Amino acid sequence: MDLPLIWAFLIAIAVMLYVLLDGMDLGVGMLSAFASSDEERNMMTATIEPVWDGNETWLVLGGGGLFAAFPLAYAVIMPAVYLPVLIMLAALIFRGVAFEFRHKAVREPTRLFWNGAFYGGSLAASLSQGVILGAFITGFETSGREYAGGAFDWLSPFSLLTGVSVMFGYVLLGACWLILKTEGELQLKARRFGLWALVAVAICFALVSVATLAVDPRVTERWGVSMTSIEIAKILPLSPVPITGLALSAWLARDMLRIGGDSAGPDWRPYLLAIGIFLSGYVGLAISLFPWLVPFSFDIWDTAARDNALGLMLVGAGVMLPIILAYTIYVYSLFWGKVKPGDGYHA
Amino acid sequence: MEFDALLLSRLQFAFVIAFHILFPAFTIGLAAFLAVCEGLWLRTGKEVFKRLYLHWVKIFALAFAMGVVSGVVMSYQFGTNWSVFADRTGSVMGPLLGYEVLTAFFLEATFLGVMLFGWNRVGRTLHFIATCAVAIGTSISAFWILSANSWMQTPTGFAIDPETGNFYATDWLAVIFNPSFPSRYVHMMLAAFITTAAVVLAAGAWQMICGRSSEPTRWQTRMAAGTLALLMPLQIWAGHWSGEVAHEYQPAKVAAIEGWCETGPVQGTVLFAWPADNACGLDGVTLPNTSPILFASAHGDLQGLDAFAEDERPPLWLVFWSFRIMVGAGMALLVMGLWGVFKWWRGTIAEPGLYHWLAVPTGALGFVAVISGWVTAEVGRQPWTVYGHLSTADSLAPVSAGQVATSLLVFMIVYAIIFTAGVVYMARIATRGFGDDPAPPPEKGRRAPGTPLGSVDDPANVPEDIVAAE
Repeated sequence: MDLPLIWAFLIAIAVMLYVLLDGMDLGVGMLSAFASSDEERNMMTATIEPVWDGNETWLVLGGGGLFAAFPLAYAVIMPAVYLPVLIMLAALIFRGVAFEFRHKAVREPTRLFWNGAFYGGSLAASLSQGVILGAFITGFETSGREYAGGAFDWLSPFSLLTGVSVMFGYVLLGACWLILKTEGELQLKARRFGLWALVAVAICFALVSVATLAVDPRVTERWGVSMTSIEIAKILPLSPVPITGLALSAWLARDMLRIGGDSAGPDWRPYLLAIGIFLSGYVGLAISLFPWLVPFSFDIWDTAARDNALGLMLVGAGVMLPIILAYTIYVYSLFWGKVKPGDGYHA
Repeated sequence: MEFDALLLSRLQFAFVIAFHILFPAFTIGLAAFLAVCEGLWLRTGKEVFKRLYLHWVKIFALAFAMGVVSGVVMSYQFGTNWSVFADRTGSVMGPLLGYEVLTAFFLEATFLGVMLFGWNRVGRTLHFIATCAVAIGTSISAFWILSANSWMQTPTGFAIDPETGNFYATDWLAVIFNPSFPSRYVHMMLAAFITTAAVVLAAGAWQMICGRSSEPTRWQTRMAAGTLALLMPLQIWAGHWSGEVAHEYQPAKVAAIEGWCETGPVQGTVLFAWPADNACGLDGVTLPNTSPILFASAHGDLQGLDAFAEDERPPLWLVFWSFRIMVGAGMALLVMGLWGVFKWWRGTIAEPGLYHWLAVPTGALGFVAVISGWVTAEVGRQPWTVYGHLSTADSLAPVSAGQVATSLLVFMIVYAIIFTAGVVYMARIATRGFGDDPAPPPEKGRRAPGTPLGSVDDPANVPEDIVAAE
């Protein structure tokens, strides 16, 4: 059994679930900055309050899993993205407690502070995650088994681009979630924001896709596309991935453009389409980078822990992960349906 | 002393872990206390135990949430600041910490939800099972953390890959049940129970001083004093056991704890010491010839600081004094426990007096002992992260002092804001008493099971009969 490959797959799933689930509630957090009233803001947060901390679980499972299964990857990547990880952690802590504290604050200034901490934290966490992704794609300078670059190597035009892309992507997920969970005025607003976010996401994803080809010749080689030539034999079998992404984006735009129209599609479709767009991007990324875990220095097998450690953990993960997954599905189904005014548990 | 990346990273780790340990130490004990209260209620049918349960479960929810939030930061430290350690020991530490994460999230995902949100939604027996599962689960979480930390103190069951220098397990049972693990696990679990008992005692005493005494207040005070009187003698024994193991495997640590200067067949007990201009660096007040009693199991010469090269000794004063602070706090807790039980027996425990005024600051002593005890253990094993095999300096990530100074500052500010708010909120509930609980909040609609912060005001946790009565 190829244990490193199995673990790479498990961690990829955990990270993907994190992006899809917490990305959605981070997006709602950012959108709450545009709420026109406290009541509207409470409606927005009421759609994510039952699920947000479960969503964050996947970040810890992904991060903890990376340490446990691929210690060398963890050891190289974490020092390389020291400052963005710090910003992400601080932002997530602030945002997490702001969920509760903004309801407990009695005086106007403290209430405004925790509201600000809520959407500011959501924004900072999203941006830093995107920047970390960009730094990951561009790869890390290593010497021996250590990171050998500087404190700000993560900062580049490319990583800023991925930072903004992830931010808009999360806003899109959040807007589509609000379309699913709300009605009336707020839903209309979510459709408008969703449309703008979709346009931004489409531009960003296209730019990132092209820029990724320029990151390293090995990526170009895999897709068979470079600035000067195209190898049909290579791009053809892979082409369904970007084509699916484009088609889903077009479909989502069509759904969004029928603002308020009677013929608008079902409310659940935009969220599903947005997930599809994210998945196509994720799979595209996996195609570009596989099997690198520390691009372009170490692959999955270089960085894996010993087989006896991976095997021991697989037993635990095999029992626990299905339970956690089942519970996640249970919570989501328990809170299925539209949020009504005053549904937020703080009333 | 230069504030380089190494020292700053050590300070940062000490800061975030000292902050973090307060919450697990408290929640492990509190979960057990809640299980006892609920069990007593089911067994005796006495209303007072139910009220105690419903009161303390709110504080439990807050403390648990704070523990989770501060714990997330911990796991990232291994990568960001101690990446070489992460790489070298990942194949051994990974599964131990991985199982801790899985246990914690398994708990959060299942039984905690039933415990916090299920009072009116599941049957009594099922709810009691959920409470017990959470209590057992927190102990299992501690099991893995203590196992990982103890392996770093007394590593066994491993080999080192000659090519990469990485550790790997050759015998998992020897890794998990390494020599210092049993004594340190028992020591930590007792510490958690004692810390919680001290807090419960302090809250009860404060309510009595403020004239808010009621039946649950009296019971929580009695139970807390009884727990202290019962567990503190056990804890002294567990601490002694831990010291004997340390003496066998980490003699330099014990030499620093005891302040022994010269190696010899018989040693004394240094009560107090101060820096001096001699070879050893300290002068003190010593009770002579105590080692045949205190270290009865030791064979041969007892090593003093002179047996170790300067760069293989732990920082003397930090270890020396933190140990004495821990012992002092423990003795005070023992006295408060015995005194409380005596007052219980005399029937005067509910009459506010000197005892109650002393009991209020005693509430912090458990935390003081936990932190100073961990300082003794962790500073005492310096200069090693994996004792005898990987030095702290060699474990450091390639980060700059500027980066670490920034992150340390950010963590200090963030923790100060967040945890002050949280602790104030917990203290407000703890001191509120039972007679004057504010009216239950308005009905709040559907809630997620398992959001600890949110359960604090959850109407589902207010039993229907109490709501009806109010």
